[in-house]
Amino acid sequence: MALIKLSNLRHSYMPAPKGPEDYALKEIDVTWRDGGAYALLGPSGCGKSTLLNIISGLLTPSEGQILFDDRDVTALPPDQRNIAQVFQFPVIYDTMTVGENLAFPLKNRGVDAATIKRRVDEIAEMLDVTDMLGTRASGLSPDNKQKISMGRGLVRDDVNAVMFDEPLTVIDPHLKWKLRSKLKELHQRVKATMIYVTHDQTEALTFADEVVVMQEGEVVQIGTPVELFERPQHTFVGHFIGSPGMNVLPCEAKGDRAIFEGHEVMLEGPTHGDGGRTDLGIRPEYVGFGDTGIPAHVTKVADIGRHYVISAMVGNTALKAVTEHSVPEPGSQVFLQFKPEQSRVYRDGWIATQERAQ
Amino acid sequence: MRTENQKAWFFVLPVLALVAFNALVPMMTVVNYSVQETFGNNQFFWEGLGWFEQILRSDRFQAALGRQFLFTALILLIEVPLGIIVALSMPRKGFWVPVCLVLMALPMLIPWNVVGSMWNIFTLPKIGLLGYFLNDVLGINYDMTQQPLSAWITVIVMDVWHWTSLVVLLCYAGLVSIPDAYYQAAKIDGASPWSVFRYIQLPKMKTVLTIAVLLRFMDSFNIYTEPFVLTGGGPGNSTTLLSIDLVKIALGQFDLGPAAAMSLIYFAITLLVSWVFYTLMTKDDAQ
Repeated sequence: MALIKLSNLRHSYMPAPKGPEDYALKEIDVTWRDGGAYALLGPSGCGKSTLLNIISGLLTPSEGQILFDDRDVTALPPDQRNIAQVFQFPVIYDTMTVGENLAFPLKNRGVDAATIKRRVDEIAEMLDVTDMLGTRASGLSPDNKQKISMGRGLVRDDVNAVMFDEPLTVIDPHLKWKLRSKLKELHQRVKATMIYVTHDQTEALTFADEVVVMQEGEVVQIGTPVELFERPQHTFVGHFIGSPGMNVLPCEAKGDRAIFEGHEVMLEGPTHGDGGRTDLGIRPEYVGFGDTGIPAHVTKVADIGRHYVISAMVGNTALKAVTEHSVPEPGSQVFLQFKPEQSRVYRDGWIATQERAQ
Repeated sequence: MRTENQKAWFFVLPVLALVAFNALVPMMTVVNYSVQETFGNNQFFWEGLGWFEQILRSDRFQAALGRQFLFTALILLIEVPLGIIVALSMPRKGFWVPVCLVLMALPMLIPWNVVGSMWNIFTLPKIGLLGYFLNDVLGINYDMTQQPLSAWITVIVMDVWHWTSLVVLLCYAGLVSIPDAYYQAAKIDGASPWSVFRYIQLPKMKTVLTIAVLLRFMDSFNIYTEPFVLTGGGPGNSTTLLSIDLVKIALGQFDLGPAAAMSLIYFAITLLVSWVFYTLMTKDDAQ
């Protein structure tokens, strides 16, 4: 068990990186609390697997340090870091039985037979695989194989952190849900730090207490699922999380107001900074309809079950709104109202409004 | 009632005809010869299983069969582990991969009798580079035309040179198909290099290794051209393997009956041992 700290971490796959574009990871500073459940969320190629492999020791970073409880482990190989990792495709030792698979990490560390048996039985019981212990692992279904590879990570009781690298990719949809709740349950039982890499926001938001959102080798925001939804620090987070994502509308900023297509919009607070590309960010959930407001032309109405997604045009800008009732007709003229405390200005992608003191 | 359409059998007929002409008919001719005695003029006398008994009881056949088993056993014992070791030490990525692959494939591209001639010239004492080097520089008494041991060593080394590549290439194909995650998981599980080989690489190579062992068994058990060109079965009978002996009986002495019987025995042994190998090596998968 340990507090994991990444400081000034940079990594490049090139031998002599020049500009920041050569880095797969640019300046990462993150602290992972002991026993936390984290998700590392981002699109494919954003560097999340690289970061994971650096924490587990499969990769050595070009620059920066990894600290486990203030001990520098940057140069240590994976087996000396007491890290467990579960990969995208289940890794199973085909010629061994399920029991032997689970015992393998302990056996390699020279643990005595009685302890091995106790731990394997415990883990098998946790994963509901007790009745499979004697069978050959090669014949198992993908979800059971993935359970066994999780088990191999959890079987060591001194494990510092368990990393999951998109572990549900090859699992059938109806089993994904089961395995995910199993994982959550395991986290509560073993209390190890868990870091879960995924590009699926549902997976990330249901699993994690805290989500680290990455984009192009940078951490853009760390926060609880609610924080990420309610107050995105970057337009990327706003757009990536939520369905549909946040509206990002070109605007001009003026004090605590934004001018959008010639209409004045009240913001959550005063803006700061100067220049750059300015955008107005508002989630479709906070765009309402009324008798007055910003005139818009409804182009499309989509019924997605629980609510309707309205696509509309304000001048030459398209935006989306979500509503549960009072659905306008496509082609009709409506008035939009933006919730002020959920309207923010972003400069070059980053948030540039201050929250008003409550 | 289920009605079955049997017309599909017609589509198999061309293949059946082809196989009949290139395998079944010649094979039946051999069977025909093996149970009869002929003195030419198309006159045949029934011999029953006499030739089979004679062959199986003859010291000459037993000696050749013994040499054949020894040869094949040595070939498999050397080439399979060596092939695995070479495949394991080959690079998986980068510039050297194609270079290694081409170098490995080269010996297999050389015609068999050319391999025999090459090694003959290479190893002849006085004339050959290796023969000269061993005798006149290192002072080792080596002459594969005179000493049975030298001849055996040369035949074995030649086959290892010629065919280890096959095992290497098959194993290499098996190795590169292992995803990186397996090695990473093994690192995290704290597995030793031996465990990685025993529990990851070997199981993943098993299918191709089965094919490699079968091919190397069949080819080395039926080997003819290379030792024939290199030693001609000598000195004396020391490197007379089964196929060389068979050709001596069939074409040298023109004893067609015994030669036919011997061919069938030879074939039966090859088939039987291949079956045993295959059954043993795929036993675990059946579960």
